[in-house]
Amino acid sequence: MRKLRKGECGLPEKPKEAPNLGLKLNPELLELLAKLQEIELEDFEMEVGDLEIWLQPSTSAGPAIAPPKSVPPSKAKPKAIMETNFVPPVETFPNKIVEVKLGATKSEGGTRGKSVIIGGETTPAYYTFEGVTPHPPVVALDVFDMEVSLARAVKMHVKDVLGDPAAWAKLAVNKFGADLVTVHLISVDPLLKDASPKEAVKTVEAIAQAVKVPLVIGGCGDPVKDAAVFAEIAKTFAGERFLISSVTRDMDVEKCAKFIRKNGHVALSFTPMDLNLARELNRRLYDFLPKEDIVMDLTTAALGYGLDYAFTNMERARLAGLMGDPELAHPMSSGTTNAWAAREAWLKMSPEWEPRELRGPLWEVVTALTMLLAGVDLFMMMHPAAVKTLKDITKQLTGDGSGNADKIVEWVSTRV
Amino acid sequence: MGFNEGLVRESAVSMSEREIKGKLGMKELSPLDVYKLLPKINCKECGEENCMAFATKLVNREVTLEQCPPLLKKENGKAYKQLKELLKPAVKEVVVGTGEKTVKIGGKLVMYRHEFTYFNPTAIAIDVTDEMSEQEIMQRVKRTETFSFEYIGQILKLDMIAVRSTSNDPEKFKATVQKVVENTNLPLILCSLNPKVLEAGLSATPETRPLLYAATKDNWEDMAKLAVMYGCSLVVFAPNDLKLLRSLVNTLVAYGVEDLVLDPGTFWGDGVGEMLNNFTMIRLAACKGGDGLLGFPLIGVPMVAWTNRGEALDEIAEWREACLAAMLIVRFADIIIVHSVDGWSLLPPVVLRQNIYTDPRKPVAVEPGLKVFGSPDENSPVMFTTNFALTYYTVASDIESAKVNAYFLVVDTEGIAVDSAVAGRKLTAEKVADAIKASGVEKKVKHRKLVIPGKAARLSGEIEELSGWQVLVGPKDSSDIPKFLQEKWQKQA
Repeated sequence: MRKLRKGECGLPEKPKEAPNLGLKLNPELLELLAKLQEIELEDFEMEVGDLEIWLQPSTSAGPAIAPPKSVPPSKAKPKAIMETNFVPPVETFPNKIVEVKLGATKSEGGTRGKSVIIGGETTPAYYTFEGVTPHPPVVALDVFDMEVSLARAVKMHVKDVLGDPAAWAKLAVNKFGADLVTVHLISVDPLLKDASPKEAVKTVEAIAQAVKVPLVIGGCGDPVKDAAVFAEIAKTFAGERFLISSVTRDMDVEKCAKFIRKNGHVALSFTPMDLNLARELNRRLYDFLPKEDIVMDLTTAALGYGLDYAFTNMERARLAGLMGDPELAHPMSSGTTNAWAAREAWLKMSPEWEPRELRGPLWEVVTALTMLLAGVDLFMMMHPAAVKTLKDITKQLTGDGSGNADKIVEWVSTRV
Repeated sequence: MGFNEGLVRESAVSMSEREIKGKLGMKELSPLDVYKLLPKINCKECGEENCMAFATKLVNREVTLEQCPPLLKKENGKAYKQLKELLKPAVKEVVVGTGEKTVKIGGKLVMYRHEFTYFNPTAIAIDVTDEMSEQEIMQRVKRTETFSFEYIGQILKLDMIAVRSTSNDPEKFKATVQKVVENTNLPLILCSLNPKVLEAGLSATPETRPLLYAATKDNWEDMAKLAVMYGCSLVVFAPNDLKLLRSLVNTLVAYGVEDLVLDPGTFWGDGVGEMLNNFTMIRLAACKGGDGLLGFPLIGVPMVAWTNRGEALDEIAEWREACLAAMLIVRFADIIIVHSVDGWSLLPPVVLRQNIYTDPRKPVAVEPGLKVFGSPDENSPVMFTTNFALTYYTVASDIESAKVNAYFLVVDTEGIAVDSAVAGRKLTAEKVADAIKASGVEKKVKHRKLVIPGKAARLSGEIEELSGWQVLVGPKDSSDIPKFLQEKWQKQA
């Protein structure tokens, strides 16, 4: 198999005819990923290079095509291009999505190395002809505080750090480029280990020491236990502006909002795919929290398992927020990791659909891209290749690079 | 939260939201506007009770004008024309191909799917070239024809073949088109910017109305002639230049080419942002601005990830191509041309297309109640799941393929999947106990053992208490049901 080189996805200086023609690279795909992983361990830059799908030397596209000549319209068949104008259909929206800051540096009252801001949009997602995207979306990588069942495609990248949340967090930040880390405190679940709030604090402490990015604190799903755990963490890490994931309708909303406010954190307002419920929960939070302390999660369903609902729900929420509905004008978070709940992401299927080591992360990427175009600001994700792809694409979307129109014309006659 | 938080309810679009539509400038069509122009004689020839009912169905696009015989009479010609105009979609519907296997593209009424629904799912075309070996061409055509994936009771398929000329040799292209049409009825896209090559290709299949790719600023006149002569639809290609694109459309419409498809260029890398802008601006101009010149279907070409891949591995090109396909399916593409025929990279976009084109007006729930698989007897297992359609069909297909005899209780959770329903208290022990009673399953089996979904394990104690049935916690994924029944049920029984 050919060696992977850094930057090999970049455009060559001169367009190459028929790269690899007739030489179908056919590595065992499992081997390919294993190899990617090896390289990544030797030298992460190389792996980044290979997965740096969207970064290329920018070739600025000058006016590729000469402006057509204007001719008077005639009743006979036209002999020349009948020039018309194109005016970009720019809408203006009265409202702006709230900006929320996650994490706090020393000067801001915390210990994080940097804080990140999400939200602030004034247009639908990446309608950059209407206005700029003020803050690129950010990615939080999942870290679990105990052994959980992971898809094989994910496990191979984190197998050395399973059971060591601090090491896992380091890997997520240093190697996989996480902007934030989500600490999933699964072990506090009364049905699992029923770990105490104090033990949860210890886990968070270890991670907060190991990495300097802002943290998302995830619970186990038990409304009573989560509230108790979050209260302890909020108090211990006062001023850090952790994102408390999450506050739900069946929790003691007042109590949660109060300890979040008092200790300087941010609430993730989570509702099960119903905008009226989202509004209702946000209204309850407004009694105790300023709008700048609320991010909302409207529920992400996996590709093939209700993604259409998630997409439309978020798209509607974002449009409503821009249109002036203050209760939906919050930045949105997506549990994109839910993509792995789809069996097609992890199941061994017939050979026609294999390898799952590629199908799985692609399932996560496609789920993420769909959420991206609905307006999601914060992604909670799992697979390093999916994270890398999403980050590269958002860089392209928020950058001011231009495509090479001259080159693209040639696709019709290019041998593959 | 967020992790494995699962799914989903069907009410996502039925909520009473502060009106977005009016503000966004969408013209809402009321049945009354339509009714006014109908004959109003309640003749029932269309099969509806009265003209108002027919008007409502017209607005919901469940019937067509042509199903009203009186309207087709000469004296109603004016009303027919007016109605045609009133019901005209913002994006023209274009039909490619002839006979049974035609593909309809476009026909979009709205910008956002929640405003109504998206019609005519993005057609997916696989490319072949006139320099591929005969064997490779045949393999790719066969793959395109036989690709199929079963998903919630539907078969997901590919739609078209794009024949490209990489040789720029008319004779070669003609021979390749010939070969392809001899082996498939799938509609074609003939691709070459050289009108002579395209004409040679057309001469091999003059009657099948393929889509022609493409008219540019340089060749538009010759392409227009071909499109008119062969009655074909024609792609207008002006990468990253919407002024030129619109001018070309203006010209071609004046020339008499009625069915156009727009290609503003597909880019990967630096051009992705502009690409999405172009697709979005065109659709916005058509749907919100009523711009007739841009009210045509859009074509995207994710396979530029291959033609501009430099030295990237095949797998990387496929990966990029799938990403482009996904973004274009979400952002308004009506046709896409892809190169990869591998299942792992095709499946995610194919499923995404199905998702985006589901009708948000229809719930994804199935009828609750007792379902029977195979021929169960009084000792057969009793299982339950929720009435979320996707859960139901997934479990049903697993049970069916394992040829298991069983009773299967579908509990009404308002269309929510198991884990979310448990979390959201839509699936409770009471509901399960009531469903057992109501189903009459107690008369059908001797035993009192209920297999519950692994993700509902939390409820097992309460279910036993309320129903009096013994609970066996089943697997978390239904693919393990056959194994579970073999190991656990038979031991128990």
